[in-house]
Amino acid sequence: MAEPARARPKPTPETQHFWDGTQAGELRLQRCDACANVYFPPRPFCPACASRKVSVFKASGKAKLYSYVIHHRPVPGFTPPYAIAVVELDEGPRMMSNIVDCPQTPEALELDMKLEVAFEKLDDKITLPLFRPAKG
Amino acid sequence: MRRNQVAVVGAAETTELGVIPNVSQIQLHADAALNAIADAGLKLSDIDGFATAVETPQQIAHYLGITPTWVDGTSVGGCSFMLHVRHAAAAIEAGLCKTVLITHAESGKSNIGRTPRMTGPDSLNGQFELPYGVSTPASMFPIPVLRYMKTHGITHEQIAMVAVVQREWAAKNPRATMKTPITVEDVLNSRMIAYPFRILQCCLVTDGGGALILTSADRARDFPNKPVYILGTGESVETPMVSQMQTFDSSRAFKVAGPLAFREASIAHKDVDHLMIYDAFAHLPLYGLGDLGFMPHEETGKFIADGNTRPGGKLPLNTNGGGLSYMHSGMYGMYALQESVRQMRGIAPAQVKDARISVCHGVGGMFGASGTIIFTNER
Repeated sequence: MAEPARARPKPTPETQHFWDGTQAGELRLQRCDACANVYFPPRPFCPACASRKVSVFKASGKAKLYSYVIHHRPVPGFTPPYAIAVVELDEGPRMMSNIVDCPQTPEALELDMKLEVAFEKLDDKITLPLFRPAKG
Repeated sequence: MRRNQVAVVGAAETTELGVIPNVSQIQLHADAALNAIADAGLKLSDIDGFATAVETPQQIAHYLGITPTWVDGTSVGGCSFMLHVRHAAAAIEAGLCKTVLITHAESGKSNIGRTPRMTGPDSLNGQFELPYGVSTPASMFPIPVLRYMKTHGITHEQIAMVAVVQREWAAKNPRATMKTPITVEDVLNSRMIAYPFRILQCCLVTDGGGALILTSADRARDFPNKPVYILGTGESVETPMVSQMQTFDSSRAFKVAGPLAFREASIAHKDVDHLMIYDAFAHLPLYGLGDLGFMPHEETGKFIADGNTRPGGKLPLNTNGGGLSYMHSGMYGMYALQESVRQMRGIAPAQVKDARISVCHGVGGMFGASGTIIFTNER
């Protein structure tokens, strides 16, 4: 029997561009054409000024570690202990993710450490944006 | 809203608290409601306003046999009942109804007749949080705490003291689930759940319920128990996604709801005799002390570690033992309200002497919502 998989996101019309982006190896954010606000999660209007004129752009993929827990309880698709992190993107928005290529310990996971996006393909339709310690 | 125009005239919890495997969730609502009706010396037919959360108002109202002319199904997590109190007070003042019943119950431990809570894979939480391994509140609620500690210089030992002090209060309460004294070392050596939090910093999982009855202050004097007046109220919501909070250094929902209630009550922090801050996890009292304006966030950890909130301290906090040691059926706000009412009536197991003003602050979801009620026993 296959290992239980992690929860799989199901895109909506308003979020499809984000998931298309991760599949293409791009972290896509949205910027308001009126007030220049960069925001996440996706929606077809600016939550700062309500303008419907917004553009999708490719983010740098650079981030820093904002906060996290190291979860010790079993969850399908994960081997405890594993970190559940919130990263702050260089462009401003924050998102939840996991930190890969790094020991899942308080010693290795330092707040404000520099990170870069690392895409993990779940299946033919969904690729998740994870983060790893930045090189150099 | 005007001060002291509405009062709590009935308040009760379920007959039993803790593990109740022989009672369904809907019957726990009814048990709490019937106890509150008896406490107020009323009949169910006297109730013309009804509010509840998780379950729909029609579900519980019909089960009880009530025909309300005002209902509120606000369901924003564990502080829903603070919002119900606020809305009920406004409704009574506006003349929409005269006597409001608010019920909470949850078969949180035994899972008998419990309404399932699901997060769809196409919801925003389902797309942008669930895939990263969050599951229970313990995997989500503590996510902000490391940032809070770094920003404000709070230590692991100080947060452990929250659990230690609340156990001291629980030891005085015969109905508390956990009464055995614990030390900071016990907390920091207990089983790791989600670093930095260990099991003694996470809420209990129990069954139970509670109910409140509110009416106008003018009518309140005719009831068998001492009326407890609504002096000030506040509410707000922020986000269902913990990752999308404006900042982890404080809670926006707390910072809106708390000060709103203080302004409405026209009181200063030094006037507060008794304080409840919903403690699903051990960091919440620190956020509450800071965001309600009792002190800068930097001082909250030391304030608790120095013993200011323990029995005999200058700001008695979570005097029933809290969600960490008293009980936590899933939506603890009702039990915080019950303890504030007991303190204002002068009948709490760990009664704060001469307490006249009680602040009761609740959280819903993972910092997703907030409600604050300020009570007084003087009109």
